[in-house]
Amino acid sequence: MHPLVLQYDGDSEEKISKIMTEEIIIAGFGGQGVLSMGKILAYSAIMQDQEVSWMPSYGPEMRGGTANVTVILSSERISSPIINTFDTAIILNQQSLDKFENSVKPGGVLIYDGNGISRHPERRDINIYRIDAASEAAKLGSAKAVNMIVLGGYLKVKPLVELQNVVKGLAESLPQRHHSLIPMNEKAIKRGMEIVNTVHEVG
Amino acid sequence: MAENLKTENIISTRNLVYKKSSILTDNVMHYCPGCGHGTAHRLIAEVIEEMDIQAETIGITPVGCAVLMYNYLDIDMQEAAHGRAPALATAVKRLMPDKYVFTYQGDGDLAAIGTAETIHACNRGEDFTIFFINNGIYGMTGGQMAPTTIPNMKSSTSPYGRDVEMMGNPLKITELVAQLPGTYYVTRQAVHTAGAVRRAKKAIRKAFENQSLKKGLSLVEIVSNCNSGWKMEPVEANRWMEENMFQYYPPGDIKVDGKILST
Amino acid sequence: MKELKLMKGNEAIAEAAIRAGADAYFGYPITPQSEVLEYLMAERPHERTGMIVLQAESEIAAINMVYGGAACGRKVMTSSSSPGISLKQEGLSYIAGSELPCLVVNVVRGGPGLGTIQPAQSDYFQAVKGGGHGDYRLIVLAPASVQEMADFVDLGFELAFRYRNPAMILTDGALGQMMEKVWLKEPKPRMTEYPEWATTGKTPDRERNIITSLELDSGRQEKFNLKLQAKYREMEEKEVRYETIECEDAEYLLVAYGTSARICQKSVQVARENGIKVGLLRPMTLFPFPKKILREMAPKLKGILSVEMSTGQMVEDVMLAVNGLVEVEHYGRMGGIIPAPDEIVSVLEEKFIKQNYYG
Ligand SMILES: Cc1ncc(C[n+]2csc(CCOP(=O)(O)OP(=O)(O)O)c2C)c(N)n1
Repeated sequence: MHPLVLQYDGDSEEKISKIMTEEIIIAGFGGQGVLSMGKILAYSAIMQDQEVSWMPSYGPEMRGGTANVTVILSSERISSPIINTFDTAIILNQQSLDKFENSVKPGGVLIYDGNGISRHPERRDINIYRIDAASEAAKLGSAKAVNMIVLGGYLKVKPLVELQNVVKGLAESLPQRHHSLIPMNEKAIKRGMEIVNTVHEVG
Repeated sequence: MAENLKTENIISTRNLVYKKSSILTDNVMHYCPGCGHGTAHRLIAEVIEEMDIQAETIGITPVGCAVLMYNYLDIDMQEAAHGRAPALATAVKRLMPDKYVFTYQGDGDLAAIGTAETIHACNRGEDFTIFFINNGIYGMTGGQMAPTTIPNMKSSTSPYGRDVEMMGNPLKITELVAQLPGTYYVTRQAVHTAGAVRRAKKAIRKAFENQSLKKGLSLVEIVSNCNSGWKMEPVEANRWMEENMFQYYPPGDIKVDGKILST
Repeated sequence: MKELKLMKGNEAIAEAAIRAGADAYFGYPITPQSEVLEYLMAERPHERTGMIVLQAESEIAAINMVYGGAACGRKVMTSSSSPGISLKQEGLSYIAGSELPCLVVNVVRGGPGLGTIQPAQSDYFQAVKGGGHGDYRLIVLAPASVQEMADFVDLGFELAFRYRNPAMILTDGALGQMMEKVWLKEPKPRMTEYPEWATTGKTPDRERNIITSLELDSGRQEKFNLKLQAKYREMEEKEVRYETIECEDAEYLLVAYGTSARICQKSVQVARENGIKVGLLRPMTLFPFPKKILREMAPKLKGILSVEMSTGQMVEDVMLAVNGLVEVEHYGRMGGIIPAPDEIVSVLEEKFIKQNYYG
């Protein structure tokens, strides 16, 4: 039951051709739903039989109340859950933009909420999308929907998980008593898919 | 030789006036002659025998002179680290709520190094019994000052007498835990006279019986002498105890059936 | 029923404890492991299995509650993080000296002192060399995933009871806080029969049971010490667990456990993409340590790099294992900093490969 020796000799040629790995950082203020967005994304990927890891910054953050979480979705066993370059950065405040803009791999994706941003992303070797989720959430009358709107924007840009699996992921990650909120969250995700704008795309 | 002093007459059950409790083993106790620990052990053994709870009793010994109590009582016992017996007893009682569980602790063990464990077990209202032997001194390590050493009392670490200005006051932990809502029965006894022994045994029995009520912790303090540590003859030590220790630690019930008695 | 969940490592430990049929958990809050106690309190395991959960007044009380429960032959555990584990050392020494089984989890944070709440691996010496006073060892398991956090709870109890010895899961804040997929095992019922040495009340059909670590006779104490040593040798014979990753043709070997092993797994990929033949040996048991396999591999290697989030502790065991057969170096980050995969590859090149160019 508990093997004494495990052996792992890398992946077979055949498997390598199908490997998909998406390494994401989601960062913003504590309270913007950064951690739960990551959790829902991770759950959604599990619904599609993917491997996942969700690695938060924890404890009272020293630098201005920011929270971030690294989420990895992969078709293979995940090695390091802690990485310093990302395929995608999802950014919800200025401090996080300043901190992570340069950590996006060339050709990667940066999605940011433009509300409250004074210095916009400047890189030209990555794909940049803007989604003004905070103002949209205010229009929808639910400040809590920010993270779902952003998630919608991400799924539009990178449709790695299907919407039906995100809904399943929501059901898994929310306690039963909050299940009545699922339709409202689904609506916010769909709205996010509509309002995400391309700022810059490479090649 | 008179007829009735023949061996067979002496050992005949018809003439039996006193016998060693079946709960006491045949091991020779290591306590100093005159020490109260042996009497306290005997009373606990007798109560276990009379209540017929040998198979249901788990005792926890302290670090102190009574560390080897498990050699003398024929029951399942655990030997705790210094001061931690109430923590062990908490787990034992919670895992086996229908058993009788007791700790047996000295004043250094219970009121110095183990103060936190004592107070919190009392305050949680754990349904076990604490037997607290207060001899005002660290007996096992050779007579150092204890938290219960009374003012001006000499010990090897207060050789000129306990100076409360410098060394702090003696701790009346029994009065203290009586204030906590988790204690159900708190009493102070002694074992230096026949009358005291009879009263102490009643208290010990009540403390055991309380366990089945599940109304909280029972604590029986036994003020005892330590003639070696006090550097006195046993009789002198008992007299000194009555004249000095009882001033500070007056025997009697402090809390009965969950109610503090007014004095 | 087996169940797939997304859980934090700390939560996985708590849920696995309920499913392993644990009888009791005693704990005291400390970051980054408070989720264990929080999860257990929220789950009401008493209603699920009858398991007892109690927040103790200190780590000292908690480990001594474990001592009392273990002496009754029950499956009992506690968890804490570094400063709290220091407080438990006395209790652990008594538990080892009384030959009792129990499980202790250390979700390590950086030190010394109050240190940092961020992850570290700086309690290795304390965990594998005994920790408290006296000649004793703990069985030390080092999970590297949330799945292993869960699996090692059951394994820890199993080994603890097999050897009547305390077992420790040595993990860190990163593994405690991160979420991964975890397959939860079918719940095991709690024990209904207890070992014959347990203090459950002396019945007429047996002698009284005494749980103690005291022995005033030197000859008997020495005999007992030798008995413990024999037990530890048997563990070294039978219970070593490890994983090898791409070691087949490796010229250089990384040795790392827990979070560091996860990072190093990526370093192996990065190095191989750069044409350096690197493998990873990941000890899953830190005591007993995988000495034999290291010694077997040593002659074929050009260098070993021990990677730890510490100033270099496990590296000493690696050196002892290879006994000079190959050069051993250490690389570590401290204070809650986790080394990056490519950083490790650069260090490997720096320490072993570049210097070869210059002879
Ligand atoms: C951690 C620890 N500190 C100190 C000691 C040494 N020690 C053994 S017994 C004792 C005092 C015991 O005094 P008390 O509890 O009053 O019991 P008595 O011996 O008087 O019955 C001390 C300090 C120890 N065993 N463990």
